Amino acid sequence: MSRPLVRELLRSNLPARCLITEPAALKPYETDGLTAIREVPWLVALPETEVQLKAVMRICAQHAVPIVPRGAGTGLSGGARPVRDGIVLGLSKLDKILEIDLDNCVARVQPGVRNLAISEAVAEHGLYYAPDPSSQIACSIGGNVAENAGGVHCLKYGLTVHNVLGLKVVTMRGDTLTIGGKGLDYPGYDLLALMCGSEGMLGVVTEVTVKLLPEPPAKVVMLAAYRSLKEAADAVTDIFRQGVVPAGLEMMDKLAIQAAEDFVHAGYPRAAAAILLCELDGNAAEIADLENLVVRILEDAGAFEIQRAHDADAQARLWQGRKAAFPAMGRMAPDYYCMDGTIPRRQLSQVLHAIAELSESFGLLVANVFHAGDGNLHPLILYDANVPGELDKAEDMGGKILELCVAAGGSVTGEHGVGVEKLDQMCVQFNAAELRQFERVKEAFDPERLLNPGKAIPTLTRCSELGGMHVHGGKLPFPKMERF
Amino acid sequence: MPERDDSVRLTQVIGEASSSRQRLSIVGSGSKPWLSAPIEGQLLSVAEHTGIIEYRPEELVITARSGTPLREINQLLAQHRQRLPFEPPCFRGLGTLGGAVAAGIAGPARPWCGSVRDAVLGVEMVNGLGERLTFGGQVMKNVAGYDLSRLQVGAMGTLGLLLSVSVRVSPEPQVERTQVLELSADDAVGTMRRWARVSLPITATCYIDGLLHVRLSGAESSVLSGADGVGGKVWDDPLFWATVRDRELALFKTVDPLWRISCPPAALLPATDVALEWGGAQRWWRTSMPEDEVLAYAESVAGVAQRAWSSPVFTTPHMHRLKQAFDPHDVLNSGLVHADAAA
Ligand SMILES: Cc1cc2nc3c(=O)[nH]c(=O)nc-3n(C[C@H](O)[C@H](O)[C@H](O)COP(=O)(O)OP(=O)(O)OC[C@H]3O[C@@H](n4cnc5c(N)ncnc54)[C@H](O)[C@@H]3O)c2cc1C
Repeated sequence: MSRPLVRELLRSNLPARCLITEPAALKPYETDGLTAIREVPWLVALPETEVQLKAVMRICAQHAVPIVPRGAGTGLSGGARPVRDGIVLGLSKLDKILEIDLDNCVARVQPGVRNLAISEAVAEHGLYYAPDPSSQIACSIGGNVAENAGGVHCLKYGLTVHNVLGLKVVTMRGDTLTIGGKGLDYPGYDLLALMCGSEGMLGVVTEVTVKLLPEPPAKVVMLAAYRSLKEAADAVTDIFRQGVVPAGLEMMDKLAIQAAEDFVHAGYPRAAAAILLCELDGNAAEIADLENLVVRILEDAGAFEIQRAHDADAQARLWQGRKAAFPAMGRMAPDYYCMDGTIPRRQLSQVLHAIAELSESFGLLVANVFHAGDGNLHPLILYDANVPGELDKAEDMGGKILELCVAAGGSVTGEHGVGVEKLDQMCVQFNAAELRQFERVKEAFDPERLLNPGKAIPTLTRCSELGGMHVHGGKLPFPKMERF
Repeated sequence: MPERDDSVRLTQVIGEASSSRQRLSIVGSGSKPWLSAPIEGQLLSVAEHTGIIEYRPEELVITARSGTPLREINQLLAQHRQRLPFEPPCFRGLGTLGGAVAAGIAGPARPWCGSVRDAVLGVEMVNGLGERLTFGGQVMKNVAGYDLSRLQVGAMGTLGLLLSVSVRVSPEPQVERTQVLELSADDAVGTMRRWARVSLPITATCYIDGLLHVRLSGAESSVLSGADGVGGKVWDDPLFWATVRDRELALFKTVDPLWRISCPPAALLPATDVALEWGGAQRWWRTSMPEDEVLAYAESVAGVAQRAWSSPVFTTPHMHRLKQAFDPHDVLNSGLVHADAAA
């Protein structure tokens, strides 16, 4: 690759304001939300039109320049971290809402549109876009598709993959794929499902058609406080056993409660070992019935205090502590490392205890604030990057937590993606044949491996160097299979 | 139904077929022969690979071998007041879990309770190289690696033979009831689109012969107020939705060509004698119009038309490349992925 030549070609296809090459201006692009890992790109392209975007991809394909797509850069696994000798393809200027189609209850938007901007644009019609990652004021819908982002309300309303109906995707081969549309199914393989969560490795999303739902007319938010993690975890399974699927069901442990209280004074009981936040929504009559049932379940599980919020202000106050939990952690320690494993719900209390033991043996505090209803843990490991060795220790411990999740029958990532962060843990979750299958799927879209190379799927060499023969639940998986 | 793990044999047969380039035609219970019409090859039946591997009602997940009859799964779930959210058809009372996932056909609840793909959490499968692979799992959220489990839904076994599938289940509603409204087809579309913009406990709609049937599900209070909201009269046919689901309405037994149109739900109607499901997004059109006119109509409303009772085809170059990524020797259900797609 010749950098001057590529730069020249890009200049002749994009206005100067769409190309960044100044070192100081490149700095913000050196990392995403996983700030511990950095790499300065040599160029950032910010196309304003799809034609410009395709030109960038064509030039890069012809000159074998790696491309890292980037939405808002809020990703937590290093998915948008630049690669050496590659360019960053920023989608932030493709930020138009192209169409709001009320008859079909869909919106068609460009990839750089912020998640929350969609709901804001349709609020006057009583509609909203359901997936609500905590980062929704900042993250882009393209990034949401790439990570299959979830949020508090995904328990009832599904993840990104369940709320997207159509995509336009440009591949490194130069094809523009129109996937899905405003209808519910289209012939052929379900490329929409394949694209969701593919971490910008198969194609660049240039347009998204999302489903819009009517705002539920009534809501109630409840807080239940427990003296032990086990009681709180049991309450979670009891709710589902009774046939209730709440709109959201979140858990916070003692350390997270303290931090949130110090920060925003949401009125959480400091004496609790754990609290649950449970939101129910639907029509008013239904909510009244359900509320009584859920309160009974929460009490039977041992709740020593229950708060209920029926009006919007009180509800906002209860959610405020949960929403502020991450920034609040910033006051407890200079740095924190957020994990994202998922487990079957029934394993909650066991895995939380095992995490507490790891915390003790590593000598690092861990706070838990997470999507309990989906079994999606977010342990926050507190550390101080200025203390030599602490970052390594935090990463080491994080890896152990993810391995715990896999052993419990879960996954190393529920919604933040693998990125560059969890490549090693992928070797624990998948065997060589599975990793090769991922590779062949990648080749079908990007044979030269130019799109977001080195992310999401570890190479077999990497796994074998790690000694990829990790043990699942005491048994070697596929004992007769070849090892590398 | 006996439990039987036939996975070793199934894996072996595919491995050998892969080496000898023998084409295989995968069959479950044979409930949907029309779907696999052009497939040639030695029959490989998963009907003997049966049994529920794990079911924990409180996790809202069931994992079963692919040959397990849907009937058996539905019965077990019903004992725990749960159900498959995607309401798969049981054509002629038959159907297996693997077949339902491979075909990807959802029933009347589709727009409200999700597609087959929406419910799939993980699969264990054998690709065309005879490799046994696991993707996804039993947890609700999982973004480790590409989502190759949901990709199997609707792939008709062309990417791999499904050994077992984990699907999300949902609680049964306390109450279910159906209202019926007498409307013109145009008004039916308008009414359904109006309903989509307000919160109503609708879980199915079917417009046929001038009558719009609407199913409401949920807590009793919610269903009662929902019935007020939609209006009309109570419809007392307990078998109606199963008839719609299994495509046993008289409409499906006609001699005239019957077309299935999948389109944006508010799309203009092609004629007035069209049956509508899924809030308008799935339409059945019986017509003797020439094929190109039907296709042109579908295209004009950003939809697609296909003859009812015909097999799906995978025609684009990307689909062909995906097929090669899973089954490089074209062993599995060959014939559905058109070679001219390679263009
Ligand atoms: C405080 C905080 C809270 C968060 N809470 C949540 C949460 O509740 N739930 C959750 O799921 N996530 C959460 N996240 C993670 C993050 O916000 C999501 O992963 C989000 O989807 C990333 O969107 P983005 O636009 O910032 O993408 P980026 O970080 O820019 O990119 C993420 C990945 O997507 C790729 N990509 C971006 N745009 C495109 C495109 N148009 N086409 C192809 N590939 C593309 C990138 O290459 C990269 O691999 C949180 C992050 C923070 C910082």
